[in-house]
Amino acid sequence: MTQQTVPAAVTPPPTRRRSGGRVGRVRWWTYAFLLLAALACIFPLYWMFVVSSAGAGSASKLPPVLVPGTDLPRLVELVFTTVPFVQSLVNSAVVATTIAVGQALTCALAGFAFAKLHFRGRNALFIIVVLTMTVPSQLSVIPQYMIISELGWVDTLQALIVPGLASAFGIFWMRQHISSTISDELLQAARIDGASSWQIFWRIVFPIIRPAAFVLGLLGFVTSWNDFLWPFIVLKSPEMYTVQIAIKALQNNLFVDLGLAMAGSFLATLPLLVVFVFVGRRMVAGIMDGAFKG
Amino acid sequence: MTTTVSPPRVPSDPAVRKTQRPKKAVGIRYGLMERLAPYGYVAPFFALFLVFGLFPLLFTFVVALFDWNPVGSQTFIGLDNFTRLFDDPRFWNAAGNTLSIWLISTIPQLFIALLLAHLLNHARLKWANFFRMSMLLPYITSVAATTIVFAQIFDRDYGLLNHLLELLGADRFDFRNSVLGSHVLIATMVVWRWFGYTTLLYLASLQAIPRDVYEAAAVDGASGWKQFVHITIPSLRPVIIFTIVTSTIGGLQIFTEPLLLSPQGQFSCGAVRQCQTLTLFLYEQGFGQFAFGYGSAVGVVLFGMIVVIALINFLLSTRIKGAQ
Repeated sequence: MTQQTVPAAVTPPPTRRRSGGRVGRVRWWTYAFLLLAALACIFPLYWMFVVSSAGAGSASKLPPVLVPGTDLPRLVELVFTTVPFVQSLVNSAVVATTIAVGQALTCALAGFAFAKLHFRGRNALFIIVVLTMTVPSQLSVIPQYMIISELGWVDTLQALIVPGLASAFGIFWMRQHISSTISDELLQAARIDGASSWQIFWRIVFPIIRPAAFVLGLLGFVTSWNDFLWPFIVLKSPEMYTVQIAIKALQNNLFVDLGLAMAGSFLATLPLLVVFVFVGRRMVAGIMDGAFKG
Repeated sequence: MTTTVSPPRVPSDPAVRKTQRPKKAVGIRYGLMERLAPYGYVAPFFALFLVFGLFPLLFTFVVALFDWNPVGSQTFIGLDNFTRLFDDPRFWNAAGNTLSIWLISTIPQLFIALLLAHLLNHARLKWANFFRMSMLLPYITSVAATTIVFAQIFDRDYGLLNHLLELLGADRFDFRNSVLGSHVLIATMVVWRWFGYTTLLYLASLQAIPRDVYEAAAVDGASGWKQFVHITIPSLRPVIIFTIVTSTIGGLQIFTEPLLLSPQGQFSCGAVRQCQTLTLFLYEQGFGQFAFGYGSAVGVVLFGMIVVIALINFLLSTRIKGAQ
């Protein structure tokens, strides 16, 4: 097979249509509304920082202090001494990273199988995947807890990790993406060369869809980092807490300082904000790309 | 690049070769391993789903028929949990709260997202990336952190909002301890968290509309408002239905906000259960009272509601497809 034919067979990722959008002059009030919305999104996060840094008892001051102070180190130290917060940051990082990598791989592989491979029962299995998306797992938390308890996983991190390693949404998303970005001719050419589907996935498909798998992993990371109900049910001892449960524990200590839970929330949000600064644009593009378009 | 994929042919085992059968379309022979491989690729999801998804779901229906104490006895009691549940004012209270919070979060969120998507959908908009990214900030903020901040902002004594109310000459309002107030507080958090995400979904849909449609409308003298009503909204109908369904299913799951608004060690969301949701009621019964059977009965009812929503969605979307 010649090298030249193959790049032609790769359908370029569909260029986002620039056409989108109304034309004509943008009115001033368009900016006014959008700016207001942006402020509404930013302000609560700013407020979190203000209260966590404005000093002892500032949360109870009247009129409220509106600018950040210099007391952040004291409250951060208080957070670290009230609950094992560093440990909970580590726990959250371990859980969220494992889930992100696991989801990106399992969903990409399954999405590839559903998009490009032919096997008996494929459509029926895919319908099952889609159906599972509509049933939230919350309603069966009681039997889920029984299973975890039977496995002896109560109060362990694998109780959070293992159930989250694959996601129906992720499979659906990757299938759409692989269908639209990878041409059948390319895969057939590789088939004729005798490549197995496993080799095709790793050498051809995965390098092309890596950006999409990255965004999917990112969404998995954020969801897992922010999850509350399930860790709240299975985690018992403070050393196993994820950051979200640590926030709840800090909230129980409100009598220490009203700013304590705010400082904890700020610390729990900060890692995601840092990540967001670097990859936020790709997340926006990923969400809009995965969006179902009528 | 990945163009030079020409691995050496794996010499196939004669025994395997017998089972190979030619594919008409491609004309390639697949070995047994190759034909089984796809099942292996989708297996992780289905294995996890069976253990942590399907089995717990089915077992919820079983546990709901028992008086099931995790450390005590399990007695089969038939449908008693359900008759008790439908007579339980706490259940109807939680159902009413869930519905009320859903209403006052979904409707404003829809309108805000529609308006913002329409405004963002402008070919010559400046700082478009800044607006889009900032609207995704709430989505990456955890519900727990969100609740801590909003509870503080809405606090009766020290909250920013009540301070503003006082400056405007109004009375301080105790959001957390009033029925409607606590619902508004939770709905505000839900709207804050999701309106940006919904806006991006709508925007993606809008950008699929060819520009000439708007151009033609502008040439015909249609104002921005007329374009909004006659172009934007009709073309968004499918995605609007989709977001209503997801926000409804999401609304049935609201848990963290009312839990963090509850006094320590309680799961009632206030003295008169003014903002206890169905999922929080399930948790209270299951893990607060250790009534696994009764809690599972709540789970079964939630499942029934979701099935109804899915059916309505199915009927609506087929009707729309039929109309087109």
